[in-house]
Amino acid sequence: KDNTLVEYFRAQIRGDPDVASAVAAIRSLLEFLRRDQSETILGLRENMTQAIRRLEETDSSVAVSSGGELFLRFISLTSLEHPDLSQCKNVMIERGELFLKKISLSRGKVGKLCHTFIKDGAKILTHSSSRVVLKVLENAAADNKRFTVYVTESQPDSAGKRMAQKLRKLNIPVMVVLDAAVGYIMEKVDLVIVGAEGVVESGGVINKIGTYQMAVCSKAHNKPFYVVAESFKFVRLYPLNQQDVPDRFKYTADILKTVKDLNQEHPMIDYTPPSLITLLFTDLGVLTPSAVSDELIKLYL
Amino acid sequence: MADSDGRQVDGVNHATDKDVKLQEIALAKNEGKELTKEEKQRLRKEKKQHKKNKKDDKGPPEKEKEKEKASVPAPSKPATQSPAHKAAPAPVHASESAAAAEKPAKSKAELRAERRARQDSERTSKQGKKEGGQQSASSKPKATPNELQPVVKRLPEHVQVDDPAALKKLAKKLERQQKSGQGCGLNKTGVEVPLRSDYGYKVSLFSHLHQYSRKSPPTLQISIPATVIHPSIVRLGLQYSQGIIAGSNARSVALLHTFKQVIQDYSTPPNEELSRDLVNKLSPYISFLSQCRPLSASMGNAIKYIKKEISNIPSQCKEEEAKGKLQACIDSYINEKIILASEAISKYAIEKISDGDVILVYGCSSLVNHILCKAFEKQRKFRVIVVDSRPRLEGREALRRLVKKGIRCTYVLISALSYILPEVSKVFLGAHALLANGYVMSRVGTSQIALVAKAYNVPVLVCCETYKFCERVQTDSFVSNELDDPDDLIVTRNGKSHLENWQTVKSLGLLNLVYDVTPPDFVDLVITDLGMIPCTSVPVVLRVKNVDQ
Repeated sequence: KDNTLVEYFRAQIRGDPDVASAVAAIRSLLEFLRRDQSETILGLRENMTQAIRRLEETDSSVAVSSGGELFLRFISLTSLEHPDLSQCKNVMIERGELFLKKISLSRGKVGKLCHTFIKDGAKILTHSSSRVVLKVLENAAADNKRFTVYVTESQPDSAGKRMAQKLRKLNIPVMVVLDAAVGYIMEKVDLVIVGAEGVVESGGVINKIGTYQMAVCSKAHNKPFYVVAESFKFVRLYPLNQQDVPDRFKYTADILKTVKDLNQEHPMIDYTPPSLITLLFTDLGVLTPSAVSDELIKLYL
Repeated sequence: MADSDGRQVDGVNHATDKDVKLQEIALAKNEGKELTKEEKQRLRKEKKQHKKNKKDDKGPPEKEKEKEKASVPAPSKPATQSPAHKAAPAPVHASESAAAAEKPAKSKAELRAERRARQDSERTSKQGKKEGGQQSASSKPKATPNELQPVVKRLPEHVQVDDPAALKKLAKKLERQQKSGQGCGLNKTGVEVPLRSDYGYKVSLFSHLHQYSRKSPPTLQISIPATVIHPSIVRLGLQYSQGIIAGSNARSVALLHTFKQVIQDYSTPPNEELSRDLVNKLSPYISFLSQCRPLSASMGNAIKYIKKEISNIPSQCKEEEAKGKLQACIDSYINEKIILASEAISKYAIEKISDGDVILVYGCSSLVNHILCKAFEKQRKFRVIVVDSRPRLEGREALRRLVKKGIRCTYVLISALSYILPEVSKVFLGAHALLANGYVMSRVGTSQIALVAKAYNVPVLVCCETYKFCERVQTDSFVSNELDDPDDLIVTRNGKSHLENWQTVKSLGLLNLVYDVTPPDFVDLVITDLGMIPCTSVPVVLRVKNVDQ
């Protein structure tokens, strides 16, 4: 049973490379819920929590963790007062499918909200490869807007080059720059748009390493720094500084399992504090960083 | 209505606008429309205006009737349209119009008798209504000493020390409160809740605040045994004014325990209801306590809670049962909001303390000390730097408690702050209150620490229970603060105290501030019993709490 869940998850990602990892995780969790054989609701919840933990071990991104927790809360939010367990399970499965449908549409909603902020003739800077940013730029291009995009290379996995290829397919003029050239290029660009792996309680974001640098530079040059993220990426963390981000998010899952001394490893993500972010575009609307906490309280409490 | 129309058509030398005004009042009352505070004030002002205009052509009877009219709409609650309520203004209107027609014919005595009869009928009609928490017919709507009203049009009276009219009003209010507490039968031995007088020259920016001396406590003038103020309240007031009980949580807990004692000793007088009478009994106590030392935000919230609980006691509840219920409420309030809250806050705060941390604390906050002790028990390795300041030197108490636990501590004065900050990894601060716009009100010196920590990029964490959140909004430390005894600033070194005769120097003022406000940009995180929130989310928590209640 351990392996089937992980296999299903991996199959989802392979089958649809465009899907967000959290959506794939939630699909696997829903399938797990359908196949689960426990006798009590408490047992069911425990199995679900275990399943989420196993998925986190496979893919240690923040989104999987936050998506999983929100899924669990959403399905158990209804009154599970039916005497029959299978009836309860059906209610939970129904809500799970509703949740899945809602979040599959969230990327589209974000794209629709954000593309109006891109004016004709704009020069945009973005970091690494984000599918949400791609959707936004796609919508803007479909709106017959002319703009150029600068993408950072984003080592160590050169994700930026993949982003550039996808943009070229959409006929958007794009240029790849080195990570070190962010300060150099900042005076040319009009706005910065990045995606997020997780949005934390303070309104800050966790994203690929190099985002914090870009935010500091854009603040120094007074350029707007926009973050696009779906609402299932909201997580109940509150880091005070870079050190305070938990280790299980900083490194990929395989490194966490194999390496003994994490201080020798280079982290894959960093934390951008809310004072550097201008606006966040989510499927709940356009939010300022201080409004994120309000939304989180509504989601979680 | 026909009466008034008839009067107007009469064409007698009544000023027509006066009739219109009376019509307006009658209309409003009869339709059950609630006169808002502004409307009532406006009507009162206009009536005063009328009085001035007609001083010559109308005699005293008319004035007295108008004054009585002014007092009748004020305490009455036109919210419910009970027939008894409608009957009360109707005879007023009818008799008033009848009197107006034959004004010179009636004598003063007859009018007075009429008025008394009307007031009696009004009082009985009001007591017929079984609503909880109503004001008694004799009390006028007074501005509560609590400055936590959500709509504060002007500063509350007790803060306007430099306005002589406001001081006079306050003195009269104190007299009225203790007189109503005495009831009939006891001899009126003069004012028992004395108005405490200010001491020494006050710096002009803060002249609207009280400045008392510790050498003249308000309890000196109270007779023994105190007939109006309960003895444990007198003791509590003395403890507050002498600084024996200090600190936000300590003061609130002491207050609640004293109220438990008061409720225990309380017995309902024959024709009164516990839910209404007890609240009235508590008001002079609260005025007395705020004379001893101005109430804190946490105390204000506790008092609001108690008053709400008292007024929610159903009238058919027996006295012993009601008293037991109230005591249980108070116990659960202390347990939930203070004790359990500090446990929850410690749990969240311990996550933020990592091994090797250097933590800076300021003054003595019971909550921060509790967190550090708990973290030490959980085997976290950290050391603490305690920052202290004159004249209270509260840091010594914190130092004593932490060292007793075995935590490694360093002690500095606040002047050495910028020297020590490069070593610090986190700053933990306590709070006296969290204001609705995200500002943190705390011991004076806190905003200084937050400012310098921000400049050194050190995270600042404020720990505060949710019962200290208040609806007030404040952006500076001048508007509402507390001035402590200025003689505390006099220091004696080598037998010489230079400031001893500071009162003789006319241009010298000693300023001993107690609180200051820190803007939310300097605070990184607020840890409450609901979780970790940014400073800007305080109004969200207040909204959630109001929805719960």
